Amino acid sequence: MEKAFLVKYGEIGLKGKNRYFFEETLVKRIEEALRKIDGEFTVTRPQGRIFVEGSGFDDDEVIDALSKVFGIIWICPCIMTDDNGFDDLSAQIIEYLKEELGDEPFTFKVEARRARKDYPMNSMEINVELGSRILDAFPNAKVDVHHPKYLVEVEIRERINFHFLKHKGAGGMPVGTSGKAMLLLSGGIDSPVAGYMISRRGVTIDATYFHAPPYTSERAKQKVIDLARILTKYTGPIKLHIVNFTDIQMAIYEKCPHDELTIIMRRYMMTIAEHFADLDKDQALITGESLGQVASQTMQSLYVTDHAATLPVFRPLIGFDKQDIIDISEKIGTFDTSILPYEDCCTIFVAKHPVTKPRLSAIEKSETKLKDVIDGLLKTAYDTTETILVK
Amino acid sequence: MECYFDNSATTRCSEKAADKMRQVLLTDYGNPSSLHGKGMTAENYLKETREIIAKTLKCEPKEIIFTSGGSEGNNLAIFGSVRANRRVGKHIITTAVEHAAVYMPFKELEKEGYDVTFLPTDERGVISLDDLENALRDDTVLVAMMHVNNEIGSVMPVARAGELIHKKCPNAVFFVDAIQSYGKVPLIPKKMNIDLLSVSGHKIHGPKGSGFLYKKDKVKLDPIIFGGGQEQGYRSGTENVPAIAGLGVAVAEMFSDFEGHRAHLFELKRGLAERLSDIDAISINSGLDDNSAPQILSVSVDGVRAEVLLHALEDRGIYVSAGSACSSNRPAISRTLKSIHLKDSLLESTVRFSFSIYNTMEQVEYASDVMHELIPVLLKYRRF
Repeated sequence: MEKAFLVKYGEIGLKGKNRYFFEETLVKRIEEALRKIDGEFTVTRPQGRIFVEGSGFDDDEVIDALSKVFGIIWICPCIMTDDNGFDDLSAQIIEYLKEELGDEPFTFKVEARRARKDYPMNSMEINVELGSRILDAFPNAKVDVHHPKYLVEVEIRERINFHFLKHKGAGGMPVGTSGKAMLLLSGGIDSPVAGYMISRRGVTIDATYFHAPPYTSERAKQKVIDLARILTKYTGPIKLHIVNFTDIQMAIYEKCPHDELTIIMRRYMMTIAEHFADLDKDQALITGESLGQVASQTMQSLYVTDHAATLPVFRPLIGFDKQDIIDISEKIGTFDTSILPYEDCCTIFVAKHPVTKPRLSAIEKSETKLKDVIDGLLKTAYDTTETILVK
Repeated sequence: MECYFDNSATTRCSEKAADKMRQVLLTDYGNPSSLHGKGMTAENYLKETREIIAKTLKCEPKEIIFTSGGSEGNNLAIFGSVRANRRVGKHIITTAVEHAAVYMPFKELEKEGYDVTFLPTDERGVISLDDLENALRDDTVLVAMMHVNNEIGSVMPVARAGELIHKKCPNAVFFVDAIQSYGKVPLIPKKMNIDLLSVSGHKIHGPKGSGFLYKKDKVKLDPIIFGGGQEQGYRSGTENVPAIAGLGVAVAEMFSDFEGHRAHLFELKRGLAERLSDIDAISINSGLDDNSAPQILSVSVDGVRAEVLLHALEDRGIYVSAGSACSSNRPAISRTLKSIHLKDSLLESTVRFSFSIYNTMEQVEYASDVMHELIPVLLKYRRF
């Protein structure tokens, strides 16, 4: 008998003819996640399930790595064993239950599946016989067929596997099954969460960060790289474009009304992010905006910002309260980095009373004041952008 | 041109000190407590450094306790002396402008029930002796005071304070944080009535992780680290022999030409202050007289955020520190700058230039040129 992991996936099972593609991708993502931890692994895909087998691994490390792979619903540590008869099997199952549960009182239900029809007992017979042997072995155990605390699942194939423990997976769909998008990543709490949420729908992520030296420091930039690195645990490698935004900000500051500075800045961020999105063949932009959170995130502001982009803008946090976002940020491990106190370029020149209900025509008119310089500035920004692959 | 003007944060280690450390790490790596020859070789390094230091302070070698640096020395002095002198009382005195490594231990003792007096300073950052005299009580057990302020370079009247304390409270311990003054400002503990004095190695071109506490003979002190009883029981733990050996070399170099080094530092500090004086937005927070610390120049630039100036200077190879490191989401206003009644608008607009003997006038001229170029540009893009 060996320890292994049964991986259960949900939504991708529903994808009709694409199912094969989804499953292949999930297996690839699982293999990538396992490459980062100690141990030798093989990932196999018999009908409708994925098994992770291997040697030299630590159980908890495997579960932790798998829990970050989108597309997985449950991670079930299981035992793989050869068929040495039913007595041997039930003894093994009882021993395993003892090892994991001690004398803890529990309710359970046995659910056998017989994929190999030459096994001498049918599923019903296994359920009944195994159930009664467990009851004999555990005086504190009870059968509960409706809401068992533990569902003891036994699957008879060439080899036999059984499990009763399970850990919640990250859900969603495997990265690489839903196209590519460009995340506008800042050092704040929201944008990493937005990237996480879209990636969870199977999307491959690229990212753009706006750096404004000397107003933002090298540490602020390092913080963003660190955030991207945390995200890669879920998303896989991220191509990060670090754009020097200072001169554009200065030009806006000099030529446009101060209370419109932030909204105009946001629009140029969209333009620049879209430039790199085109190069990277991304089909959408992702931002961490949440309706009404700050002046640049009122509906009027979002309307104006949106007009600077031609790609669809995904805003997965649009209806979230700040606390909801913080909760996710803590769960995915970006929060502690996000709250490091380095200033980002959105806050340095923010007006005391920025416009909250900008009109598109007025903003576009203000932007004409930049018409002599902006093309050159954008070109310089594109040319001087530093692109790194964060792994 | 690279200009490292952040020598009050830390200094480059002396080459000779680094060479010596390499020798100790790779060849003479014994434990001073070992009975064999390798142990004795190691012990000799401690002895040598102790003697070098004792000479600079005109004290006995046995009055030097090696520590891991300034924070440990300060903690040992503060917690160690109040614990060893419990019966004297529970009143302790310090100043409003101390470094966190003194201020935080005092806050800790306050939580433990000690009555703490924080002496205010004048606009130069100096306490008044009258205030000190009025604060001293029969149950005062400890007075802790920095010699040179780390942010603006003001010098406390340590000698007269020591005299006053010992006259009025013979049982109180007088502890001086000399981390920014050792090697730069004349310092003779016995003449200045100092009981305990802490020094950090890496501020004087020694290695990080080195330092010492001077403890006048007979002054009572409890250890804060217990164990094998090294350093006469005051500081257990295997001695950091390589760092201590390096420290000895650095101290010897610092003191090889004490007056010459001081003159050089004064020239740099005054040279920069003078060259910056024609910039309207600039005000100088440090004294320039002979009684000030020679190596620290605090400068406020009205209308320019310190952090921004710092990064802009960094871009030109000039390294300084921000007086109050602040950002939009975590204000950390300097106690020192508040205590000298700096205008609120300048609290976040103050940078510190701190020099070492390895800096040159050429670097000062370059820094001045860069400041003249940057400040008008930075003033144009003000925050609202």
